Amino acid sequence: MNFQWDWGFALQTLPTLFQGLIFTLEATFFGSALAFALGLIWALARLADVPVASQIVRLWVEFVRGTPLLIQLYFLFFIFPSYGVTLPALETGMIGLGIYYSAYASEVYRAGIEGVPQGQWEASLALGLPLRRVWGRIVLPQAMRFAIPVFGTYVISMFKESAILSTISVLELMGQANIISAETARYVEPLSMAALIFLCISYPASRLVRLLEARTGAS
Amino acid sequence: MPPDKPISDGTVIPDDALLAMHDVTMQYGARTVIDSIRLSVKAREKLAIIGPSGSGKTTILRLAMGLERPTAGFIRIDGQYMWHAERNGTLVTSGEQQARRARRAVGMVFQQFNLFPHMSALQNVTEPLVHVLRVNKQEAYDRATDLLSRVGLATHLDHRPAQLSGGQQQRVAIARSLALRPKLMLFDEVTSALDPELVGEVLNVIRDLAHTTSMAMMIVTHEITFAADIADRVIVFDHGRVVEEGAPEIVLRHPQSPRTQQFLKAILER
Repeated sequence: MNFQWDWGFALQTLPTLFQGLIFTLEATFFGSALAFALGLIWALARLADVPVASQIVRLWVEFVRGTPLLIQLYFLFFIFPSYGVTLPALETGMIGLGIYYSAYASEVYRAGIEGVPQGQWEASLALGLPLRRVWGRIVLPQAMRFAIPVFGTYVISMFKESAILSTISVLELMGQANIISAETARYVEPLSMAALIFLCISYPASRLVRLLEARTGAS
Repeated sequence: MPPDKPISDGTVIPDDALLAMHDVTMQYGARTVIDSIRLSVKAREKLAIIGPSGSGKTTILRLAMGLERPTAGFIRIDGQYMWHAERNGTLVTSGEQQARRARRAVGMVFQQFNLFPHMSALQNVTEPLVHVLRVNKQEAYDRATDLLSRVGLATHLDHRPAQLSGGQQQRVAIARSLALRPKLMLFDEVTSALDPELVGEVLNVIRDLAHTTSMAMMIVTHEITFAADIADRVIVFDHGRVVEEGAPEIVLRHPQSPRTQQFLKAILER
């Protein structure tokens, strides 16, 4: 087989791929927001040590971490509708990504919270600060200094992993590349250009995260 | 102040005590750190606590602050029981709510400062003013500035803890505790984590407070000269018990207990 890279065709794919990129970015943005919000809830529920609830949350987190994202997405997209829960593909994808990453985010929150020195709690207690204030102004801000660089890498990872949403018919970057490939029977250009777009965003982003890590680590 | 209640064996806690510990025992697993201690501190009294490490000195302060719940016994501070409430004339065990109330009369300065690292010196001091005493922002700013000037840090209001020396951090911590105007202030080996040349500035601040305020103090320290200088009374701890107690000139100059003699000798030969 004699393959010839066609620059003209490669460039032609770009407008369509950029349309897909918008969905990719949307899924990443809302997926991250959901993951970090739910993650905090899981972490606090586990740390609160409420007899039954904390155990359930722990099992739930283990379940989400221990099963493939793809299967979770299939459940949400193909199985839930037969029980009356139907959402558009993109929203399903955001929720799927959000839940999946929330399980990991909760561990990061937990490590961050447990990493806050005991002395901070004792000083707060000695001063009589209200518990809500202690969490909101003393403990969580310090936990976040640890968590934010890790969350940065999660966002980048979610950005790339969102390609999996093409399997539930979301026309994000990978989904668009698939369609062009199928229609033209040319795979190399659309997939390469899609990969290139992923790289052009994820590489600078990961440099940024490393910079952030160095900054918080140093102070 | 609630009337004195005969408790357990019928003993009555002294009426004039700001802090009263009655038969307080603290165990961690099988280890007894505080062994059935009776101790009281009067209003305005400056009490120094000395003793070898692991003798239970720090634990006594942590119990007085309500950071630990004793295994047995009663703690009363400024008329409030720390972990008990009175119901129909008898004492029943009580929880965090009650402890929160009792802690209001007490402040504590820690060995490791425990300043909030993400806040400026000023914010460290305004935090309890605004969120515990609920004074308004302007008033909190004025009071905090005043307190920080008093510990010699008027020019460091906007510095974060990481930008301050250990001695300066500890002085911020002292200002922060003073903000709530506690009746009893606890100092837990507050110079032990400092470089030797920074110890003096912190001790001077405490000495000044001891001489100019009516606050009662419990000071755990290894600085014998300092203890002799400011304390009304010295108690010597060993193995979770008080082995000697009395006026500083007696306990520190002419100790009776062999254990105290041995300890002071070891300290002075350092």
